[in-house]
Amino acid sequence: MTPAALASFSLTAIYSAMGVYLFAFIAFTLDLAKRSTESPVAAASTAVRVGQMTRVGGTAVLDREPVVSAPQRRSNRFERVAFALTILGWVLHVTGTILRGIAAHRVPWANMFEFSLTASAIIVGVFIAVQAWQNLRFLGAYITGFSLIVLGFGTVGFYVSVVPLPPALQSYWLVIHVFVATLGTAFFAIGAGLSLVQLIQARREAKSFAGLKFLDTMPDAEKLETLAYRVIVVGFIFWTFTLMAGAIWAEHAWGRYWGWDTKEVWTFIIWTIFAGYLHARATRGWRGSRSAYLAIVGFSAVMFNFTIVNLFFKGLHAYSGL
Amino acid sequence: MSRPSDHIDSPAPAPREGITQPKLGPVGYVRFFWRQLTSMRTALFLLLLLAIAAVPGSVFPQRSSDPNGVTQYFTNNPSAAPVLDKLQLFDVYTSAWFSAIYLLLFISLIGCVIPRTIHHARALASPPPKTPARLERLGAFSAFEIEADAAGPTLTAASAVDSGRAILRKAGYRVTLFDGRGPDGPELSASAERGYLRETGNLVFHLSLIGILLAVGIGGGVGYTGNKVLVTGQAFANVRLTFDSFTKGRFFSDSDLQPYRLRLDRFAVKYEEKNRNALGQPIDYTADVTTFDASGTATQAVVKVNDPLRLGGNDIYLLGNGYAPWITVKNPAGKTVYSEPVPFLAQDANLTSLGIIKVPDGLASQVGMRAFFYPTAAESSNGVLGSVYPDLRNPVLSLVVFTGDLGINKGVPKSVYVLDTDKMTPLAGPGAADGTSALRLKPGESAKIPGGIGSITFENRAPASDSSNLSQSVQRFASFDVHRDPTQGWVLFFAICVLAGLLTSLFIPRRRLWIKVVELSGGRLRIEYAGLARGEDPTLDAAVSAIAQRHSQQLGLRLNP
Repeated sequence: MTPAALASFSLTAIYSAMGVYLFAFIAFTLDLAKRSTESPVAAASTAVRVGQMTRVGGTAVLDREPVVSAPQRRSNRFERVAFALTILGWVLHVTGTILRGIAAHRVPWANMFEFSLTASAIIVGVFIAVQAWQNLRFLGAYITGFSLIVLGFGTVGFYVSVVPLPPALQSYWLVIHVFVATLGTAFFAIGAGLSLVQLIQARREAKSFAGLKFLDTMPDAEKLETLAYRVIVVGFIFWTFTLMAGAIWAEHAWGRYWGWDTKEVWTFIIWTIFAGYLHARATRGWRGSRSAYLAIVGFSAVMFNFTIVNLFFKGLHAYSGL
Repeated sequence: MSRPSDHIDSPAPAPREGITQPKLGPVGYVRFFWRQLTSMRTALFLLLLLAIAAVPGSVFPQRSSDPNGVTQYFTNNPSAAPVLDKLQLFDVYTSAWFSAIYLLLFISLIGCVIPRTIHHARALASPPPKTPARLERLGAFSAFEIEADAAGPTLTAASAVDSGRAILRKAGYRVTLFDGRGPDGPELSASAERGYLRETGNLVFHLSLIGILLAVGIGGGVGYTGNKVLVTGQAFANVRLTFDSFTKGRFFSDSDLQPYRLRLDRFAVKYEEKNRNALGQPIDYTADVTTFDASGTATQAVVKVNDPLRLGGNDIYLLGNGYAPWITVKNPAGKTVYSEPVPFLAQDANLTSLGIIKVPDGLASQVGMRAFFYPTAAESSNGVLGSVYPDLRNPVLSLVVFTGDLGINKGVPKSVYVLDTDKMTPLAGPGAADGTSALRLKPGESAKIPGGIGSITFENRAPASDSSNLSQSVQRFASFDVHRDPTQGWVLFFAICVLAGLLTSLFIPRRRLWIKVVELSGGRLRIEYAGLARGEDPTLDAAVSAIAQRHSQQLGLRLNP
């Protein structure tokens, strides 16, 4: 198959993925609406567990009273459909991204169009993967909606044909540096989503408004904050690595490891904001909503770095292909 | 943990009624400000301030990374630029205010980290603390009672605690045994702690940041960067004066320049020729060079983008390239007064290039030329030339000729890339008195300079080849950066320590765990398990129940969940 044919198959797969994501987004939204009609989940009991030893036959058995745990909320139909659609859309999305890479004979993240494909694929992939760890499906509308917007901008605004790599990008660091940056972005995206829900939840808990009953089906603000923190910490480590890998690559390509190029500046700013977030979590009076705002500001800076800095700021990272 | 008083792990301040302000002496104020500076709140504030302060450097052109952009900004905004310059907005990262923020941040960091390091060193040397009297107050707590006859004669409080200690040791805990007496009877307990590496990692992270700052600072002081443009066939020696531009650190000495000579033998560019969407896009630059060390031994080497030539810390990077048409100027008598390759600066992707030729001596008057070079020239319908492909398919040189005062007689240095025509009159090209148009030459062609001043030749550097193939007729130049930064390896080392410290400080849980065996009346035993997280520790409950599980198994008891 010719590269051009592969590239057009890739685009078809991406458009199909967008269609499926759209339905997933609608189903996730319906799920949120449906959650409003559910009865609130009983709070978990924290009874002290004191067991009594009994004797069964010749064996000593230590009995423990069963721990009263929060009853698992049953997922509704919309949520299950939405999640299945997300997985289907993601398979198409990844297929399209890989086809693009095959068409170009390289990793599919060398210009803004390809980066939008890969970044959103990784964001959705991480979202799907974290479900094995925690049920965060309530973020589905946010994640699918966000990916739809990224793919929309990517295909409409940033599309470029397959072109060979300029000499400056011909390095294995392209594979490492950009991929890890994308992973970091994915974790920051999910962290920002959790922090956003946390902020709304905190307001609701403070009784400043009574609406949005579906929030009853989600974890409380404190739990959300812990989840956000654990996701963002992973993102922060990837981001630190991105910064270092970028510096090593810059030394190879430009003869200096750090030169305050606009993209370097913004990577540094983002790193500093999230370092601030970690400190805020450890500062009395800054836990809770304040650190959540920082997480959202940090992710906004990541998005700013990807869009505005790439397109409108002058610098050495001029690889948008536009 | 000897953290700042507003750290989340420090004990909460007691609620106070009203404000009781003690009178502070000079020492008191120093202590007060030091505590303020090293508090978490200040560190956080300075971090966020640093992030904000870095923003203008991406908005305004910076002298360090984009000096031409700064010049351009001054031309475009003549009234605003001097004000911005006063505010150091063109040198953000070396400005007083930016430096103030990061220096304060690092002082705050040092003030925070040093007491913690001392405290941690002591903690590393001391055994785990005494078991709390009431374990049930801790978050992760479970307790089990064992009937006297159930366990048989072999299970005593001492053996239970001993096996608990073994299990904890195996799980990487540091364990001390305590005995005492509680309200329900005599108690034996194992107090255990693990995850010291968490705090170690945290300290390594912060100390390594200081290491990076120092290494960067020292590197900037002793390193240098030189730039040299070489036309194929030319060579340069690694001596300060031979560079076209040279920046050095404060403590640089000329002996840091490793003695070698470098000659550019060949510069090859590959362009995309098949992909219709990228015709003419460069896909490879290769500079074949020969280096000569101090004893004159020649070594062949290749310099590519992303693949510098490492020469004992005086590394050579390929940064730019372009065409260098060879121009010869003769006086009316036919004597050569000027003959050299002139590096032209590329203006677009198809390498339409601009070059300046200055002939100060040998002719009746000084001559300056502003020349455009088109590697593959094409003429538009209104007669304007342009280049449509970056390789040499139809090379054409177009020259606007001036005569008069070049403005270089007074010894004031002038850029070789700028022609000041204030005191010159055009002889050919726009504005020429007799309407002579700009001179157009193909490789190998000559033309008379109007006014009988002399003649000019655009040399064909590959004259032997077939006249329709001009692909080698014009030489190329390559622009090299020579760079020395002796602390670069240290920066990398500290950066790796930063990452390693970060990983351990965020993912290794620091926790205390206790196993307490209480001898109740009637020979019954009660075993209590409890854990306490120090810092973020989402898996504490699981860890405590795993230890309880293993312990009861070893004691021959079965835990029924």
